[in-house]
Amino acid sequence: MQDRTYPDPTPNLETEPFWAAAKDEKLLLKYCRTCGKAHYYPRAVCPLCGSTETEWREASGRGEIYSFTQFRRAPVPYVLAYVTLIEGPAMLTNVVDCEFDDLKIGQPVGVTFRDTQAGFKLPVFRPV
Amino acid sequence: MTSNHLAFIAGAFEHPTRKAIDKTVAQLHAESALGALADAGLTKEDVDGYFCAGDAPGLGGMSIAEYLNLNLTHTDSTETGGSSYLIHVGHAVQAIAQGKCKVALITLAGRPRADGATMAQATPRALLPPEESFERPYGPVIPALYAMAAKRHMYEYGTTSEQLAWIKVAASHHAQHNKHAMLRDVVSVEEVINSPIIADPIHRLDCCVVSDGGGAVIVVSPEVARDLGDRCVGIKAHAEAVKHLSGGYFDLTFTGAVVTGPKAFAEAGIVPTDIDYASIYDSFTITVLETVEDLGFCQKGKGGAFVADGNLISGVGKLPFNTDGGGLCNNHPTNRGGMTKVIEAVRQLRGEAHPNVQVNNCGLALVHGTGGAISTRMGSATLILERNDA
Repeated sequence: MQDRTYPDPTPNLETEPFWAAAKDEKLLLKYCRTCGKAHYYPRAVCPLCGSTETEWREASGRGEIYSFTQFRRAPVPYVLAYVTLIEGPAMLTNVVDCEFDDLKIGQPVGVTFRDTQAGFKLPVFRPV
Repeated sequence: MTSNHLAFIAGAFEHPTRKAIDKTVAQLHAESALGALADAGLTKEDVDGYFCAGDAPGLGGMSIAEYLNLNLTHTDSTETGGSSYLIHVGHAVQAIAQGKCKVALITLAGRPRADGATMAQATPRALLPPEESFERPYGPVIPALYAMAAKRHMYEYGTTSEQLAWIKVAASHHAQHNKHAMLRDVVSVEEVINSPIIADPIHRLDCCVVSDGGGAVIVVSPEVARDLGDRCVGIKAHAEAVKHLSGGYFDLTFTGAVVTGPKAFAEAGIVPTDIDYASIYDSFTITVLETVEDLGFCQKGKGGAFVADGNLISGVGKLPFNTDGGGLCNNHPTNRGGMTKVIEAVRQLRGEAHPNVQVNNCGLALVHGTGGAISTRMGSATLILERNDA
């Protein structure tokens, strides 16, 4: 199946480490040192407890599909999905390398990466 | 007048245009404002409060205030997307109760069809929202976001495409009587589920229309309302909430209406079965289905059975909804459907809806708005309105 063209992220002061690690095909999560939980999207301030003591940790890259859809009106149809990571939070993503019609809610998926237009890498998921 | 509300809707106007190639956005705001003022029996000289959202050109409400040459003591440009105008009604009630203004004008207008229907605009880097890079590269188009909520609702509760289709069918039964509606043909469940898939499980006919247009309402103090008479509609309750992705821990099968519904019913001192008519934001059929559950019109997860078999059709079902045809069939001015929801509820409470869809003895109406997107961030708002002599 033909792949879509992936737009670039716009890293900022809070998220540069995420996108730098993605270039090495590592998925980072922000964890809170105070409440111990992971959150998404990554912030300097923990959205779960309000602590400013947050740190980056590499994620397992494993999760399961919470919900998904195939956007068929696009020039190259693609799957938009929320994937719940085993670390807890869910993230918006695409599901690739699959027969779209075979996907199911609850299906296990693992992270993989796709090149963006200007040379970043975007974390996406595929069935495992 | 027997009611003791803090404020009243005295005027309402829906701009008749659906494609405004010959009008500017400011002009559409102004024409809507003048229409609502005339409907109320007021003039722009009476306006001392102005409310608008991001569809108004310029910084907040200042440019339209200048265009109309308003003399203001209060302004508010709260922005929650398509639900903004319900929140403006609520905030106008508060401002009037506090003596900040007496006659509040709320406007909406835009022309996405005339301008080519593009919503994409370059945002300066410093103003990009913090979630932006974690969403945009994945292609989170609006129908796909709503589709994910629908798919999860189907997974958890067994909701079907046929049940969702009934929402469009009901809207089309109403729209056939509205000469301004974009889609006036009555459609069947089969026609909805056989229309092309946009983002599964959402079909083309599960989506609202894209239209130009506008609207305005006038909210006034009890003293002003007393002079204007029984066409004023009492504002009995208002509630608002913001639901978002909560740091990655969320549930797409409900909306912010789980907060605003109970709050609004408690403030009004009534229960869902007291409601005679409901205007429910209908960007997509799934928006209506989750909302009727969240507002308490049926049990959570039972929305599919509730909306089926014509239960939302005026004169047929238990909960007549969107009797102008709603966003699904009538219009969705500048991709913001909250204003027209308020306007049709006002028509119903005045007994001024089309005779074929007018609810008999309509005394209490609910209006619900859902702005933003139900799979990311939404501003939810509920109003409960009451006929003046009810």
